Amino acid sequence: MLKRTVLYHTHVAAGARMVDFGGWEMPLHYGSQIGEHLAVRRHAGIFDVSHMRVADIAGPDARAFLRHLLTGDIDRRGADQAMYSCMLNERGGVLDDLIVYRWGDETSRFRAVLNAATADRDLQWMESVVSDRGLQAECKARPELAIVALQGPDAAQVLLQANPLLAAHAVPLAPFFATRCEGTFVARTGYTGEDGFEIIVPGTEAPALWRSLLEGGAVACGLGARDTLRLEAGMALYGHELDEGVTPLESGLAWTVDLGSDHTFIGRDALERQRASGPLRQLLGLKLLDKGVLRAEQAVQTPHGEGRTTSGGFSPTLQVSIALARVPAQVRLGETVNVQLRSALAAAQVVKPRFVRHGKALV
Amino acid sequence: MKLPQDLKYTDSHEWVRWESDGSATVGITDFAQESLGDLVFVELPEVGQAVKAGDACAVVESVKAASDVYAPIDGEVLAVNQAVAEQPESINADAFAAWLFRLRPLGQSSNPRLLDSGQYATSVEQHK
Repeated sequence: MLKRTVLYHTHVAAGARMVDFGGWEMPLHYGSQIGEHLAVRRHAGIFDVSHMRVADIAGPDARAFLRHLLTGDIDRRGADQAMYSCMLNERGGVLDDLIVYRWGDETSRFRAVLNAATADRDLQWMESVVSDRGLQAECKARPELAIVALQGPDAAQVLLQANPLLAAHAVPLAPFFATRCEGTFVARTGYTGEDGFEIIVPGTEAPALWRSLLEGGAVACGLGARDTLRLEAGMALYGHELDEGVTPLESGLAWTVDLGSDHTFIGRDALERQRASGPLRQLLGLKLLDKGVLRAEQAVQTPHGEGRTTSGGFSPTLQVSIALARVPAQVRLGETVNVQLRSALAAAQVVKPRFVRHGKALV
Repeated sequence: MKLPQDLKYTDSHEWVRWESDGSATVGITDFAQESLGDLVFVELPEVGQAVKAGDACAVVESVKAASDVYAPIDGEVLAVNQAVAEQPESINADAFAAWLFRLRPLGQSSNPRLLDSGQYATSVEQHK
């Protein structure tokens, strides 16, 4: 039996096509994946992402624990600020990418949001790190919390209509900052490349929140659109751009790694070695020149050796097929490469691994 | 599920309309477009191409998957629907209006592979 979020019945009642998403029964779309994608780029959409796992980290050593656990240095984030970074194993391989939020200006309390597919494994790992180092920190999973993402250029307007009290707290937030309002946690973060908010509420409050956002003018969007939006925005999806066999340096995430002199973290040595010798691979974008559709796991022939697409699909904003690909380090922007599609080789142009931002084409 | 009774069907989800001139117009069914999701790319056969029943002769690609379209009968491609190639989403809008290609049948005129609407509906149910 697949797991269901508290919004399952809401999605079914809305006519969603439900699919198995990593053991969860989630809405793929409510009629048109492309329609939902464009609604987010042009207006505002809402996503049920309650399958992701909220975990609260607390204790006198919570700060030290996170500094040791993650590639980003939480000390370098201000009050209520969010940090996107990676959690690595000793070899520098990525166990997960996640956002950690500071809880106000507290140093012994933080909130993390973990990917659904890796949440159990992440928590086990985190607990083993805490106990191995004898730290006074506790990681508490919060599966009773629901998460709704409101994304799009009109997100603030929708929130003002839907919930003026929450909007009063949320709309003044700068990107990558969070706040709390009467049991609701809201952050100006997202996975689409548009403005927006990620709202965490007790599960019991999620249906009312969802309804109010629809009434405020947001369009219900499924995980199909979520994937095409994040691909256009050049954002990594764990299991595609990231896995235990790759480092952040080979995945376009060198920027998430804080190599400050006093920041020791799990996997740091491996990253330093790789940085010193120069990573062999890099993550870049591809824009299909010939006809067809790029998909994940297609072979890429470059002038400098073979690579592989990690994600691919059709970009509704650009009206062309795009992909992210891990290719040899010597590949340059603007070069033409060949991708093995289903039946033929197709030419693609190498571009920056970020195709759209705030609704505008970048490539 | 939309299912015109005057058409013939295959269990690989193509529909066939026998025209008054004896040619066969072919498309994919409403069930197929619904399963595939938003269509973004269509590859049609070449006019003049000879096909055998069961050959993959066209491709439809959606946001989530690519799917072969099979020739329902032995034939020669008389015409292809360029408008659909340019606007793949028209198949989602009306799968039975958005024809893909038209064939001149070669060989026998009756084809045991073709199902009527009732048989196709049963076939879809059985494979759910």
